[in-house]
Amino acid sequence: MISTGSRHRKYTILPLTRVEGHGKVTIHMNGEGEVEQARLHIVEFRGFERFILGRPYWEIPVIVQRLCGICPVSHHLAAAKAMDRIVGGEHLTPTAEKIRRLMHYGQIFQSHALHFFHLSSPDFLFGTDGTAASAFEAPAEQRNILAVAARYPQLAVQGVMMRRYGQEIIRATAGKKIHGTGAVPGGVNKNLSLSERDVLLKEAERMLEWARGALRLARDFTMDHLAELIPFGSFDSNHLSLVRESDGALDLYDGVLRAVDKDGRKLVDDVNCQRYLEVVREEVRPWSYMKFPFLRELGPEQGWYRVGPLARMNTCSFIGTPEADAAHREFMELNQGRPNNVTMCYHWARMIELLHSIEAIRDLLDDPDLQGDDLVVSGPRREEAVGLLEAPRGTLFHHYRVNRNDEVTMCNLIVSTTSNNEPMNRAVTKVAKDHFTGRKEIPEGLLNHIEVAIRAYDPCLSCATHAVGGMPLAVELRDASGALVDRRVRDAV
Amino acid sequence: MKTVTFTIDGKIVRADKGQTILKAAEAAGIYIPRLCACKDLVPHGSCRVCSVRVNGRIQASCVQTAAEGAIVESETDELREYRRNIIDMLFVEGNHFCMFCEKSGFCELQALAYRFGITAPKYRLLYPKRDIDLSHPEVYLDHNRCILCGRCVRASQDLDRKNVFQFVERGCRKRLQVNGEALSDTDLRAADQAVSACPVGALMRKRVGYAVPVGRRPYDEVPIGRDIEKKGEE
Ligand code: SF4
Repeated sequence: MISTGSRHRKYTILPLTRVEGHGKVTIHMNGEGEVEQARLHIVEFRGFERFILGRPYWEIPVIVQRLCGICPVSHHLAAAKAMDRIVGGEHLTPTAEKIRRLMHYGQIFQSHALHFFHLSSPDFLFGTDGTAASAFEAPAEQRNILAVAARYPQLAVQGVMMRRYGQEIIRATAGKKIHGTGAVPGGVNKNLSLSERDVLLKEAERMLEWARGALRLARDFTMDHLAELIPFGSFDSNHLSLVRESDGALDLYDGVLRAVDKDGRKLVDDVNCQRYLEVVREEVRPWSYMKFPFLRELGPEQGWYRVGPLARMNTCSFIGTPEADAAHREFMELNQGRPNNVTMCYHWARMIELLHSIEAIRDLLDDPDLQGDDLVVSGPRREEAVGLLEAPRGTLFHHYRVNRNDEVTMCNLIVSTTSNNEPMNRAVTKVAKDHFTGRKEIPEGLLNHIEVAIRAYDPCLSCATHAVGGMPLAVELRDASGALVDRRVRDAV
Repeated sequence: MKTVTFTIDGKIVRADKGQTILKAAEAAGIYIPRLCACKDLVPHGSCRVCSVRVNGRIQASCVQTAAEGAIVESETDELREYRRNIIDMLFVEGNHFCMFCEKSGFCELQALAYRFGITAPKYRLLYPKRDIDLSHPEVYLDHNRCILCGRCVRASQDLDRKNVFQFVERGCRKRLQVNGEALSDTDLRAADQAVSACPVGALMRKRVGYAVPVGRRPYDEVPIGRDIEKKGEE
């Protein structure tokens, strides 16, 4: 709080800024009382990039998983991909590449299933069955998984089982459900035994069926509430992701960089991951600890982009598994084949990927290469390498330098939530402008709306790990002079 | 060869004359926890994890020879607590991040912690500032994980006939030093017994990393000491 005395200006750190895990949003009004801008303040822990300096490179894929409790496998694999190049082993054996892909699809499947069941299904279900007047304004007591479990017990069970299935895949390929060691520089440390495969195969069809159901739910919800969803937190943007090198198909594990603008024009295409710095830069802004990445050619003003499921639907030319591909075509029809810029369509896109990942898992499980014994390769050493990957929430960049003594001497990471930093700020600004311009105080509904907008991006923030309706949020309203007008805090439920 | 007879926790044990209590117990299928003791190395009784009561007095069983008629107590609540405290202190004295340490599953300190049911540190973590020496092409030394057991010191001198390691300073300032500016100045080789003698992840072969998957590492399935106890059950 700031109080201006005759000679002194007093700064007091508000308790809420110290409350760990709260998402903090400030809404800035102009002189006319209109919303000028809203800012989402994210405290990102960058100490990690320092912490690993001096450590031997082969430890890194295992250490970096600790960076994030939400998708450790993504960090594990992105770091391993970089270390593959360090040991000259980037051309993995078929067994190693397929085991890693299986691990990754397992991670995508469990992460998307978690998001669907815990975070979006209450909105989908209670928004469509007539119990709520508006798509995401079901009564607060319904907006949680307990209400889903009570009313749709089968679906609740599906959510839990799908998540568990993904985790079992991770366990079978990485050795543990969380923080395994499966990917090593140049390959993997285990194959998939026939008995492990059979356990997974037995459940695959059922998972596929449930994924189809989840996708139907997300699509129907979107189509039924289009008029309301299209403007909600939406804005035009660029989109970035990896796509398969040969044909531009969706590829979550590997590929080349592609970015398109709001109309689908290719801004970046076919760029090798090792050259990511030629196309992506990061901007620092004084009010945020988190950096703002942008496409170098367009600059920070125009070059910011979205990542994640929505972006991937917009960048890829098609999807390599048939059911997800059909779903992708239908999704793209919404905007006549041009990119979909609707924030709330992240959910639908996420469910298309859920289906794609289980299709890919099922196909992989039939592949005898998974039982191969040729696990690790190496070649001439390199001193610098980049590993990129499409994590559940978007493109993940890992960049390292390793000296001759095997010590890591430089590390740069861009996590997907960092790439979505500007988009989330835009989404929150849009929500604030549309719903709250001209008000003097923050209505309770604002917190829900802000939560819905942030959630669409499924950010890996600690506040976002709470169940829907329970995201701990602090929202401040500030006038043109910067003075605090109102503040509302909601603690975690 | 002359033998002596004594008891450990009431069980009659026979030992060759001059044999240590630890060795005699082992031959009889009784496991006494230990860290600084290691097959083929002259014991020096520094870690005190193998402490037992011999006729009422606490002794390190790795150096104490078995005497005729001695009454040895090992698995008592008091001694278990005593050993547990030593293990607890070893953890907080260094920087042990088992969750990403490549010695996990192979590490005797970690295995002992599991055996004693230690899941979280009991004492305040000291977070000492320690270095890692990656200068050598084949081997690295991570002082963060060194527990000063002296196994590498003895193995280098007695088995490898080299003199790569030594202790410097005393008390809480005691630390392991290499014979040179850095490990790369020494004549240490990856195949040296000194390297395999390290019970923790301090002295490690480079670029091995996590080659063995979780679930197949020695202590994933079989707790430390179980091999010795099994002999006693046969
Ligand atoms: S040396 Fe052993 S106790 Fe120390 S971190 Fe490694 S596994 Fe854990």
